[in-house]
Amino acid sequence: MTGMKKKKLISNFITYGIVIIAFIIVQIMQSTGNLSSMMTGLLVPLCVYVVLAVSLNLVVGISGELSLGHAGFMCIGAFAGAFFSKCTQNTITVGGLRFFLALLIGAAFAALFGLLIGIPVLRLKGDYLAIVTLAFGEIIKNVINVFYVGVDSHGVHVSMKDQFSLGMEPDGMLILNGPQGITGTPKDASFLAGIILILVTLFVVLNLIDSRDGRAIKSIRDNRIAAESIGINITKYKLMAFTVSAALAGAAGSLYAHNLATLQAKKFDYNLSILALVFVVLGGIGNIRGSVIAAVVLTALPELLRDMAEYRMLIYAIVLIVMMIFNWAPKALEWRERYLGRFFRKSVKEGK
Amino acid sequence: MSFLSYLINGISLGSVYAIIALGYTMVYGIAKMLNFAHGDVIMVGGYAAFTCIMSAGMPPLAAVLVAVVVCTVIGVLIETIAYRPLLEAASSLAVLITAIGVSYFLQNVVLLIFGSNPKSFQSVVTIPDLKLANGTLNISGVTIVTISSCIVIMLALTTFISRTKAGQAMLAVSEDKGAAQLMGINVNKTIALTFAIGSGLAAIAGVLLCSAYPSLSPYTGSMPGIKAFVAAVFGGIGSIPGAFLGGLLLGVIEIFGKAYVSSQLSDAIVFAVLIVVLLVKPTGLLGKKIQEKV
Repeated sequence: MTGMKKKKLISNFITYGIVIIAFIIVQIMQSTGNLSSMMTGLLVPLCVYVVLAVSLNLVVGISGELSLGHAGFMCIGAFAGAFFSKCTQNTITVGGLRFFLALLIGAAFAALFGLLIGIPVLRLKGDYLAIVTLAFGEIIKNVINVFYVGVDSHGVHVSMKDQFSLGMEPDGMLILNGPQGITGTPKDASFLAGIILILVTLFVVLNLIDSRDGRAIKSIRDNRIAAESIGINITKYKLMAFTVSAALAGAAGSLYAHNLATLQAKKFDYNLSILALVFVVLGGIGNIRGSVIAAVVLTALPELLRDMAEYRMLIYAIVLIVMMIFNWAPKALEWRERYLGRFFRKSVKEGK
Repeated sequence: MSFLSYLINGISLGSVYAIIALGYTMVYGIAKMLNFAHGDVIMVGGYAAFTCIMSAGMPPLAAVLVAVVVCTVIGVLIETIAYRPLLEAASSLAVLITAIGVSYFLQNVVLLIFGSNPKSFQSVVTIPDLKLANGTLNISGVTIVTISSCIVIMLALTTFISRTKAGQAMLAVSEDKGAAQLMGINVNKTIALTFAIGSGLAAIAGVLLCSAYPSLSPYTGSMPGIKAFVAAVFGGIGSIPGAFLGGLLLGVIEIFGKAYVSSQLSDAIVFAVLIVVLLVKPTGLLGKKIQEKV
């Protein structure tokens, strides 16, 4: 038992180590001027995608539920964080503190919505759950798109029509401008902050997986009825995974928002949720380190291979199909057992 | 009078949803999988008809026929290559994620061939508009064709399933795969037939959709596809009359939502309907209750 624990601990430290080493390499490359401006611009989005992929893996891989609305939680986190930063731009002048609070607020709001959405949604299973999370993601995007919010000396004004019906004083500041979103968020995000967020995310997720709660979550994934029969509270543990995942996605969204000049709700569409799913599937469902690597490789690679840009999405699609068939089809598994058994001793996990 | 014209528009849009929802509901009933790529088959049908009319100069009816053939072939190919190996997989997530991959694949192949610029689709309908009540109520030719083809398809499909051997085989497979096989039914062939019918109908739906909303892009299919799935769930998945009813109701709800609430929120309203239905009556309006087996 202690042997297994030790093994897990070592494996977790390798994951943290990879992130820290990657950070150091990038720092060295940056200081020696070996990093192209394009790659520099990509550093913060890379961190965002890593956090997004790891958090989605908690739901898809560990809890075993397909969520297609992950971008929605990111959207809530992004708008909550950016909204806070714009409001307090003049009151909290320390950039680092303001950004830290914005990340917390983004995570808190996303967690709140994760909880509210999770309570009804997690009663459903499989395909239905996937389609309802997709529906919630779209609803969040559409609803944020119609809101206009401004602040002046009288307080906060909210409208669903246009910015002129807010009825603000001339000195008022328009914060959320409907489909145009939030502009002029302070650019507080940095690569260092992104790396710290990744490490925190990994710490939360890896510890959750190896804890008693994490084993309960995995037991529900592997056999819901058996788990229920030994007294595991299914709703509680599913909700736990879903809410933690939403909170982390919200923090990722807040990081994303503070790296952009213009934040628009339409960016958080269904395609972003699918992109996160591609990272998870490619890195290995349930494999946290895999998600980190897949997110980095799949984000950086298309930028490095500019000529292939047209074919990028097509290649993603083919990879997704081939990976699923290779990893899950009973015939492919049989074939792998027979010919590749020598090389891959690891048996495939049974999930039902 | 505007109420009546909204209602007719809603029924027209709902008829398209109903035809698409048929494909979802039949596949779900038989293969127990959500065919995410169904919406993109609609889009492929639209492009096939578009190419036939614009490049080959074919008459509209022949173009529709070609589109149906193309989509049927694609539907069967998708089923054989991507879905069949995974139907027995341990996790139901596997086939769902594959379906998402197929959906992306179709979108991006079309994107590479035709480019991302929306094409303006020429309506295949040549019937003149119908003016009622001294010209205050205008029913377009497309609307008439859409609603009547939906009714024809519904009747034909119901007859096919209840009167032919292949239709009965489909019912048997959806009831119990193992037992159907023991009775000498070729399960794989039956599933392929279901995909073929569903995809052929998707082609018709694609042409009708593009005739009513004449803009065709690689992403045209995904939203109507998802909404049609909502319609199928609304009516009770696996039930053919349910798909019809759900499609019509959803179309009317969407158009009324656009007209009376907010045009930007109409999608949100449609999805809210789905969530409410799934939480209150997960089997839909006409669905059967399925007992969970241990």
